[in-house]
Amino acid sequence: MARIIGGYFTSHVPAIGGAIVRGDQEEPYWKPFFDGFPPVREWLEAERPDVAVCFYNDHGLNFFLDKMPTFAVGAAHEYRNEDEGWGLPLFKSFAGHPDLSWHIIEQLVGDEFDVTTCQSMLVDHALSIPFELAYPDAQEWPLKLVPIAINTVQYPLPSAKRCLALGQAVHRALASWQGAEKIVVIGTGGLSHQLDGERAGFVNPDYDRFCMDSLAANPEAICVDSTKEIVRKSGSQGVEILNWIAARGALGAAPARETHRNYHIPISNTAAATMLLETA
Amino acid sequence: MTLAPDTPPPPGDSAPIFGTHLFDGCAAAKGYALNAMCFSFNEAANREAFLADEDAYCQRYGLSSEQLAAVRARNVLAMIEAGGNIYYLAKLAGIFGLNVQDVGAQQTGMSVDEFKAMLLAQGRKAGED
Repeated sequence: MARIIGGYFTSHVPAIGGAIVRGDQEEPYWKPFFDGFPPVREWLEAERPDVAVCFYNDHGLNFFLDKMPTFAVGAAHEYRNEDEGWGLPLFKSFAGHPDLSWHIIEQLVGDEFDVTTCQSMLVDHALSIPFELAYPDAQEWPLKLVPIAINTVQYPLPSAKRCLALGQAVHRALASWQGAEKIVVIGTGGLSHQLDGERAGFVNPDYDRFCMDSLAANPEAICVDSTKEIVRKSGSQGVEILNWIAARGALGAAPARETHRNYHIPISNTAAATMLLETA
Repeated sequence: MTLAPDTPPPPGDSAPIFGTHLFDGCAAAKGYALNAMCFSFNEAANREAFLADEDAYCQRYGLSSEQLAAVRARNVLAMIEAGGNIYYLAKLAGIFGLNVQDVGAQQTGMSVDEFKAMLLAQGRKAGED
Protein backbone atom coordinates (compact mmCIF):
# COMPACT_ATOMS: atom_id res chain seq x y z
CA MET A 1 0.00 0.00 0.00
CA ALA A 2 1.08 3.53 -0.68
CA ARG A 3 2.14 5.57 2.33
CA ILE A 4 2.18 9.30 2.91
CA ILE A 5 5.36 10.01 4.84
CA GLY A 6 4.64 13.67 5.54
CA GLY A 7 5.22 16.98 3.90
CA TYR A 8 7.48 19.94 3.64
CA PHE A 9 6.42 23.53 3.19
CA THR A 10 8.57 26.31 1.84
CA SER A 11 8.62 29.76 0.30
CA HIS A 12 9.34 29.99 -3.42
CA VAL A 13 10.96 33.32 -4.25
CA PRO A 14 12.47 33.65 -7.78
CA ALA A 15 15.62 35.19 -6.30
CA ILE A 16 16.35 31.89 -4.52
CA GLY A 17 16.99 30.36 -7.94
CA GLY A 18 19.58 33.02 -8.66
CA ALA A 19 21.22 32.46 -5.28
CA ILE A 20 21.46 28.71 -5.97
CA VAL A 21 23.12 29.27 -9.35
CA ARG A 22 25.59 31.79 -7.91
CA GLY A 23 26.36 29.50 -4.97
CA ASP A 24 25.33 32.13 -2.42
CA GLN A 25 24.00 29.64 0.14
CA GLU A 26 26.59 30.66 2.73
CA GLU A 27 26.33 34.41 2.12
CA PRO A 28 25.01 36.25 5.21
CA TYR A 29 21.91 37.43 3.37
CA TRP A 30 20.97 33.92 2.22
CA LYS A 31 22.34 31.61 4.91
CA PRO A 32 19.45 32.03 7.40
CA PHE A 33 17.05 30.82 4.72
CA PHE A 34 19.15 27.97 3.29
CA ASP A 35 19.84 26.79 6.84
CA GLY A 36 16.22 25.69 6.90
CA PHE A 37 16.88 22.88 4.47
CA PRO A 38 19.42 20.36 5.87
CA PRO A 39 16.76 18.74 8.12
CA VAL A 40 14.43 18.42 5.12
CA ARG A 41 17.23 16.85 3.05
CA GLU A 42 18.15 14.42 5.81
CA TRP A 43 14.54 13.38 6.20
CA LEU A 44 14.12 12.84 2.45
CA GLU A 45 17.39 10.93 2.32
CA ALA A 46 16.16 8.62 5.08
CA GLU A 47 12.63 8.19 3.74
CA ARG A 48 13.33 8.21 -0.02
CA PRO A 49 9.83 9.03 -1.27
CA ASP A 50 8.88 7.82 -4.76
CA VAL A 51 6.28 10.45 -5.59
CA ALA A 52 5.70 14.09 -4.69
CA VAL A 53 2.28 15.72 -4.73
CA CYS A 54 3.02 19.43 -4.91
CA PHE A 55 0.56 22.28 -4.37
CA TYR A 56 1.77 25.54 -5.88
CA ASN A 57 0.64 28.59 -7.84
CA ASP A 58 1.66 29.43 -11.40
CA HIS A 59 3.17 32.88 -12.01
CA GLY A 60 2.40 33.22 -15.69
CA LEU A 61 4.43 30.42 -17.23
CA ASN A 62 1.76 27.78 -17.89
CA PHE A 63 -1.44 29.74 -17.32
CA PHE A 64 -2.44 33.12 -18.70
CA LEU A 65 -5.56 35.14 -17.99
CA ASP A 66 -7.23 33.80 -21.14
CA LYS A 67 -7.98 30.59 -19.25
CA MET A 68 -7.43 30.66 -15.50
CA PRO A 69 -8.38 27.50 -13.64
CA THR A 70 -9.11 27.68 -9.93
CA PHE A 71 -7.67 24.19 -9.40
CA ALA A 72 -5.55 22.42 -12.03
CA VAL A 73 -4.12 18.92 -11.74
CA GLY A 74 -1.23 17.77 -13.90
CA ALA A 75 -1.68 14.44 -15.67
CA ALA A 76 1.39 14.59 -17.88
CA HIS A 77 4.26 12.18 -18.46
CA GLU A 78 6.72 15.04 -18.18
CA TYR A 79 6.70 18.55 -16.70
CA ARG A 80 9.20 21.03 -18.11
CA ASN A 81 10.34 24.33 -16.72
CA GLU A 82 10.82 27.12 -19.28
CA ASP A 83 11.92 30.72 -19.55
CA GLU A 84 9.79 32.83 -17.22
CA GLY A 85 11.07 36.07 -18.67
CA TRP A 86 12.99 37.47 -15.76
CA GLY A 87 16.39 35.88 -16.07
CA LEU A 88 15.85 32.80 -13.95
CA PRO A 89 17.95 29.72 -14.71
CA LEU A 90 16.15 26.84 -16.40
CA PHE A 91 15.44 24.07 -13.94
CA LYS A 92 15.31 20.32 -14.50
CA SER A 93 12.25 18.56 -15.92
CA PHE A 94 10.14 16.22 -13.83
CA ALA A 95 8.81 12.78 -14.67
CA GLY A 96 5.08 12.58 -14.10
CA HIS A 97 2.96 9.80 -12.66
CA PRO A 98 -0.11 9.96 -14.92
CA ASP A 99 -1.81 6.92 -13.40
CA LEU A 100 -1.74 8.45 -9.93
CA SER A 101 -2.73 11.82 -11.38
CA TRP A 102 -5.84 10.33 -12.97
CA HIS A 103 -6.64 8.47 -9.77
CA ILE A 104 -6.50 11.80 -7.89
CA ILE A 105 -8.59 13.48 -10.58
CA GLU A 106 -11.22 10.73 -10.32
CA GLN A 107 -11.39 11.23 -6.57
CA LEU A 108 -11.53 15.03 -6.81
CA VAL A 109 -14.29 15.09 -9.41
CA GLY A 110 -16.11 12.37 -7.48
CA ASP A 111 -15.91 14.67 -4.47
CA GLU A 112 -17.44 17.46 -6.60
CA PHE A 113 -14.27 19.48 -7.21
CA ASP A 114 -14.43 20.77 -10.79
CA VAL A 115 -10.74 20.62 -11.62
CA THR A 116 -8.94 21.39 -14.84
CA THR A 117 -6.89 18.43 -16.03
CA CYS A 118 -3.61 19.14 -17.77
CA GLN A 119 -1.94 16.50 -19.94
CA SER A 120 0.56 19.16 -20.89
CA MET A 121 1.79 21.51 -18.19
CA LEU A 122 4.85 23.68 -17.68
CA VAL A 123 5.97 24.19 -14.10
CA ASP A 124 7.56 27.42 -12.91
CA HIS A 125 9.97 28.43 -10.14
CA ALA A 126 7.25 27.98 -7.53
CA LEU A 127 7.50 24.26 -8.07
CA SER A 128 11.11 23.84 -9.22
CA ILE A 129 12.82 25.79 -6.45
CA PRO A 130 11.45 23.68 -3.57
CA PHE A 131 12.96 20.61 -5.27
CA GLU A 132 16.25 22.38 -5.99
CA LEU A 133 16.41 23.23 -2.27
CA ALA A 134 15.53 19.74 -1.12
CA TYR A 135 17.74 17.81 -3.58
CA PRO A 136 20.61 20.21 -4.28
CA ASP A 137 22.96 17.64 -5.77
CA ALA A 138 20.49 15.66 -7.87
CA GLN A 139 21.36 15.22 -11.55
CA GLU A 140 17.79 14.14 -12.08
CA TRP A 141 14.86 14.05 -9.68
CA PRO A 142 14.70 10.81 -7.69
CA LEU A 143 10.90 10.94 -7.52
CA LYS A 144 7.89 11.45 -9.77
CA LEU A 145 5.61 14.43 -9.65
CA VAL A 146 1.91 15.16 -9.44
CA PRO A 147 1.53 18.97 -9.58
CA ILE A 148 -1.65 20.68 -8.38
CA ALA A 149 -1.93 24.40 -9.16
CA ILE A 150 -4.18 26.73 -7.18
CA ASN A 151 -5.17 30.13 -8.55
CA THR A 152 -3.76 32.84 -6.31
CA VAL A 153 -3.61 35.42 -9.10
CA GLN A 154 -7.05 36.40 -10.37
CA TYR A 155 -9.93 37.02 -7.96
CA PRO A 156 -12.16 35.46 -6.90
CA LEU A 157 -9.71 33.01 -5.33
CA PRO A 158 -10.83 29.78 -3.70
CA SER A 159 -11.37 30.11 0.03
CA ALA A 160 -8.89 28.67 2.50
CA LYS A 161 -11.63 26.32 3.66
CA ARG A 162 -12.11 25.09 0.11
CA CYS A 163 -8.36 24.57 -0.34
CA LEU A 164 -8.21 22.52 2.86
CA ALA A 165 -11.11 20.42 1.57
CA LEU A 166 -9.30 19.99 -1.77
CA GLY A 167 -6.26 18.71 0.07
CA GLN A 168 -8.40 16.37 2.15
CA ALA A 169 -9.90 14.95 -1.05
CA VAL A 170 -6.39 14.41 -2.42
CA HIS A 171 -5.62 12.58 0.82
CA ARG A 172 -8.56 10.24 0.24
CA ALA A 173 -7.19 9.53 -3.23
CA LEU A 174 -3.73 8.78 -1.89
CA ALA A 175 -5.17 6.59 0.88
CA SER A 176 -7.02 4.48 -1.69
CA TRP A 177 -4.15 4.25 -4.18
CA GLN A 178 -3.13 0.62 -4.59
CA GLY A 179 0.48 1.29 -5.51
CA ALA A 180 3.37 0.68 -3.14
CA GLU A 181 4.89 4.16 -3.39
CA LYS A 182 6.04 6.37 -0.59
CA ILE A 183 4.49 9.78 -1.10
CA VAL A 184 5.67 13.20 0.06
CA VAL A 185 3.35 16.21 0.00
CA ILE A 186 4.74 19.67 -0.70
CA GLY A 187 3.17 23.10 -0.18
CA THR A 188 5.00 26.10 -1.60
CA GLY A 189 4.57 29.85 -1.31
CA GLY A 190 4.38 32.66 1.20
CA LEU A 191 4.58 33.36 3.93
CA SER A 192 3.56 37.01 4.28
CA HIS A 193 4.68 39.32 1.49
CA GLN A 194 3.42 41.93 -0.91
CA LEU A 195 4.99 42.88 -4.22
CA ASP A 196 2.44 45.33 -5.60
CA GLY A 197 0.90 48.61 -4.61
CA GLU A 198 1.79 51.27 -2.09
CA ARG A 199 1.93 48.58 0.63
CA ALA A 200 4.73 46.70 -1.18
CA GLY A 201 7.20 45.24 1.29
CA PHE A 202 4.54 44.48 3.90
CA VAL A 203 5.20 41.41 6.05
CA ASN A 204 3.41 40.25 9.19
CA PRO A 205 5.44 37.98 11.48
CA ASP A 206 2.58 37.65 13.98
CA TYR A 207 0.27 36.22 11.34
CA ASP A 208 3.04 33.99 9.97
CA ARG A 209 3.64 32.60 13.46
CA PHE A 210 -0.08 31.95 13.83
CA CYS A 211 -0.08 30.03 10.52
CA MET A 212 2.98 27.99 11.45
CA ASP A 213 1.62 27.27 14.94
CA SER A 214 -1.73 26.15 13.50
CA LEU A 215 -0.53 24.14 10.53
CA ALA A 216 0.20 20.77 12.14
CA ALA A 217 -2.61 20.40 14.67
CA ASN A 218 -5.28 22.93 13.79
CA PRO A 219 -5.20 24.02 10.13
CA GLU A 220 -8.90 24.88 10.38
CA ALA A 221 -7.88 27.94 12.40
CA ILE A 222 -6.23 29.43 9.29
CA CYS A 223 -9.41 28.76 7.30
CA VAL A 224 -11.67 31.05 9.34
CA ASP A 225 -10.61 34.12 7.35
CA SER A 226 -11.84 35.05 3.88
CA THR A 227 -9.14 35.27 1.21
CA LYS A 228 -9.41 39.06 1.36
CA GLU A 229 -8.85 38.96 5.11
CA ILE A 230 -5.81 36.73 4.52
CA VAL A 231 -4.53 39.36 2.09
CA ARG A 232 -5.12 42.04 4.71
CA LYS A 233 -3.14 40.05 7.27
CA SER A 234 -0.38 38.63 5.09
CA GLY A 235 -0.05 40.82 2.00
CA SER A 236 -1.36 40.33 -1.52
CA GLN A 237 1.07 37.49 -2.27
CA GLY A 238 0.87 36.11 1.28
CA VAL A 239 -2.32 34.50 0.04
CA GLU A 240 -0.02 31.78 -1.34
CA ILE A 241 -0.59 30.23 2.10
CA LEU A 242 -3.52 28.56 0.30
CA ASN A 243 -0.98 26.11 -1.14
CA TRP A 244 0.24 25.26 2.36
CA ILE A 245 -3.32 24.76 3.58
CA ALA A 246 -4.17 22.40 0.72
CA ALA A 247 -0.94 20.46 1.25
CA ARG A 248 -1.73 20.16 4.96
CA GLY A 249 -5.12 18.73 4.03
CA ALA A 250 -3.44 16.12 1.85
CA LEU A 251 -1.55 14.82 4.88
CA GLY A 252 -4.86 13.66 6.34
CA ALA A 253 -6.95 14.43 9.38
CA ALA A 254 -4.70 12.67 11.88
CA PRO A 255 -2.48 15.13 13.76
CA ALA A 256 0.78 15.72 11.99
CA ARG A 257 4.00 16.10 13.95
CA GLU A 258 6.02 19.25 13.36
CA THR A 259 9.64 18.14 13.30
CA HIS A 260 11.30 21.24 11.87
CA ARG A 261 10.65 24.93 11.41
CA ASN A 262 12.71 27.78 9.99
CA TYR A 263 11.60 31.38 9.60
CA HIS A 264 13.47 34.40 8.31
CA ILE A 265 12.75 37.96 7.12
CA PRO A 266 13.48 38.93 4.41
CA ILE A 267 14.37 36.99 1.30
CA SER A 268 13.73 39.52 -1.43
CA ASN A 269 10.39 41.01 -0.27
CA THR A 270 9.24 37.88 1.53
CA ALA A 271 8.99 36.46 5.03
CA ALA A 272 10.47 33.08 4.16
CA ALA A 273 9.63 29.90 6.01
CA THR A 274 10.39 26.20 5.84
CA MET A 275 8.50 23.55 7.80
CA LEU A 276 8.52 19.79 7.98
CA LEU A 277 5.49 17.81 9.16
CA GLU A 278 5.59 14.07 9.58
CA THR A 279 2.57 11.83 9.62
CA ALA A 280 2.07 9.29 12.37
CA MET B 1 -30.47 31.79 -4.05
CA THR B 2 -30.85 35.56 -4.01
CA LEU B 3 -29.19 37.57 -1.34
CA ALA B 4 -31.26 40.30 0.23
CA PRO B 5 -29.91 43.70 -0.80
CA ASP B 6 -29.09 44.54 2.79
CA THR B 7 -27.09 41.34 3.39
CA PRO B 8 -23.86 42.54 4.98
CA PRO B 9 -20.60 41.35 3.46
CA PRO B 10 -18.51 38.95 5.53
CA PRO B 11 -16.58 40.67 8.31
CA GLY B 12 -13.57 42.50 7.03
CA ASP B 13 -14.41 41.99 3.39
CA SER B 14 -15.92 45.38 2.71
CA ALA B 15 -13.12 47.57 3.93
CA PRO B 16 -10.38 48.44 1.46
CA ILE B 17 -6.83 47.37 2.28
CA PHE B 18 -4.34 50.22 2.21
CA GLY B 19 -2.09 50.21 -0.84
CA THR B 20 -3.50 46.93 -2.11
CA HIS B 21 -5.22 46.42 -5.45
CA LEU B 22 -7.01 43.09 -5.64
CA PHE B 23 -6.77 41.75 -9.16
CA ASP B 24 -10.44 40.99 -9.75
CA GLY B 25 -12.46 40.43 -12.89
CA CYS B 26 -12.73 44.15 -13.64
CA ALA B 27 -8.96 44.57 -13.40
CA ALA B 28 -8.35 41.40 -15.41
CA ALA B 29 -10.63 42.65 -18.18
CA LYS B 30 -9.17 46.16 -18.13
CA GLY B 31 -5.60 44.92 -18.07
CA TYR B 32 -5.89 42.10 -20.56
CA ALA B 33 -3.82 43.68 -23.37
CA LEU B 34 -1.06 44.86 -21.04
CA ASN B 35 -0.83 41.51 -19.27
CA ALA B 36 -0.91 39.66 -22.59
CA MET B 37 2.07 41.68 -23.75
CA CYS B 38 3.90 40.94 -20.50
CA PHE B 39 3.08 37.23 -20.85
CA SER B 40 4.71 37.28 -24.28
CA PHE B 41 7.98 38.25 -22.61
CA ASN B 42 8.45 34.65 -21.52
CA GLU B 43 10.13 34.32 -24.93
CA ALA B 44 13.52 35.94 -25.36
CA ALA B 45 12.79 36.90 -28.99
CA ASN B 46 9.79 38.93 -27.81
CA ARG B 47 11.85 40.69 -25.17
CA GLU B 48 14.34 41.63 -27.88
CA ALA B 49 11.56 42.83 -30.20
CA PHE B 50 10.19 45.04 -27.43
CA LEU B 51 13.61 46.54 -26.76
CA ALA B 52 14.17 47.10 -30.48
CA ASP B 53 10.92 49.04 -30.98
CA GLU B 54 8.90 49.51 -27.84
CA ASP B 55 6.06 51.53 -29.36
CA ALA B 56 5.54 49.11 -32.22
CA TYR B 57 5.50 46.18 -29.82
CA CYS B 58 2.92 47.87 -27.58
CA GLN B 59 0.78 48.67 -30.62
CA ARG B 60 0.88 45.02 -31.65
CA TYR B 61 -0.79 44.09 -28.36
CA GLY B 62 -3.32 46.91 -28.57
CA LEU B 63 -2.44 48.65 -25.33
CA SER B 64 -4.82 51.41 -24.25
CA SER B 65 -3.52 54.96 -24.12
CA GLU B 66 -3.47 54.69 -20.31
CA GLN B 67 -1.41 51.50 -20.51
CA LEU B 68 0.92 52.99 -23.11
CA ALA B 69 1.57 56.03 -20.97
CA ALA B 70 2.23 53.90 -17.89
CA VAL B 71 4.71 51.69 -19.77
CA ARG B 72 6.48 54.68 -21.33
CA ALA B 73 6.78 56.29 -17.91
CA ARG B 74 7.97 53.00 -16.31
CA ASN B 75 5.34 53.78 -13.67
CA VAL B 76 4.35 50.56 -11.93
CA LEU B 77 1.47 52.02 -9.89
CA ALA B 78 0.01 53.44 -13.10
CA MET B 79 0.40 50.05 -14.78
CA ILE B 80 -1.52 48.46 -11.90
CA GLU B 81 -4.17 51.17 -12.15
CA ALA B 82 -4.41 50.27 -15.84
CA GLY B 83 -5.11 46.63 -14.97
CA GLY B 84 -1.60 45.24 -14.83
CA ASN B 85 -0.99 42.24 -12.61
CA ILE B 86 2.29 42.14 -10.73
CA TYR B 87 3.10 38.53 -11.70
CA TYR B 88 3.02 39.57 -15.35
CA LEU B 89 4.40 43.07 -14.84
CA ALA B 90 7.45 41.50 -13.23
CA LYS B 91 8.41 40.15 -16.65
CA LEU B 92 8.29 43.68 -18.07
CA ALA B 93 10.25 45.02 -15.10
CA GLY B 94 12.86 42.36 -15.81
CA ILE B 95 13.40 43.80 -19.29
CA PHE B 96 14.16 47.14 -17.67
CA GLY B 97 16.62 45.39 -15.36
CA LEU B 98 14.42 45.92 -12.31
CA ASN B 99 13.75 43.30 -9.64
CA VAL B 100 10.83 43.18 -7.21
CA GLN B 101 12.70 45.30 -4.68
CA ASP B 102 13.28 48.03 -7.25
CA VAL B 103 9.59 47.81 -8.08
CA GLY B 104 8.66 47.90 -4.40
CA ALA B 105 10.82 50.96 -3.86
CA GLN B 106 9.20 52.79 -6.74
CA GLN B 107 5.68 52.02 -5.54
CA THR B 108 6.35 53.08 -1.96
CA GLY B 109 8.28 56.22 -2.87
CA MET B 110 11.45 54.98 -1.21
CA SER B 111 14.94 54.63 -2.57
CA VAL B 112 15.91 51.01 -3.20
CA ASP B 113 18.29 51.14 -0.24
CA GLU B 114 15.54 52.52 1.98
CA PHE B 115 13.16 49.81 0.81
CA LYS B 116 15.70 47.06 1.51
CA ALA B 117 16.47 48.59 4.91
CA MET B 118 12.73 48.64 5.70
CA LEU B 119 12.51 44.91 4.95
CA LEU B 120 15.57 44.15 7.09
CA ALA B 121 14.17 46.27 9.92
CA GLN B 122 10.96 44.25 9.87
CA GLY B 123 13.05 41.12 10.31
CA ARG B 124 14.92 42.61 13.26
CA LYS B 125 11.65 43.76 14.81
CA ALA B 126 10.38 40.19 14.53
CA GLY B 127 13.44 38.91 16.34
CA GLU B 128 15.15 37.70 13.20
CA ASP B 129 18.69 38.63 12.27
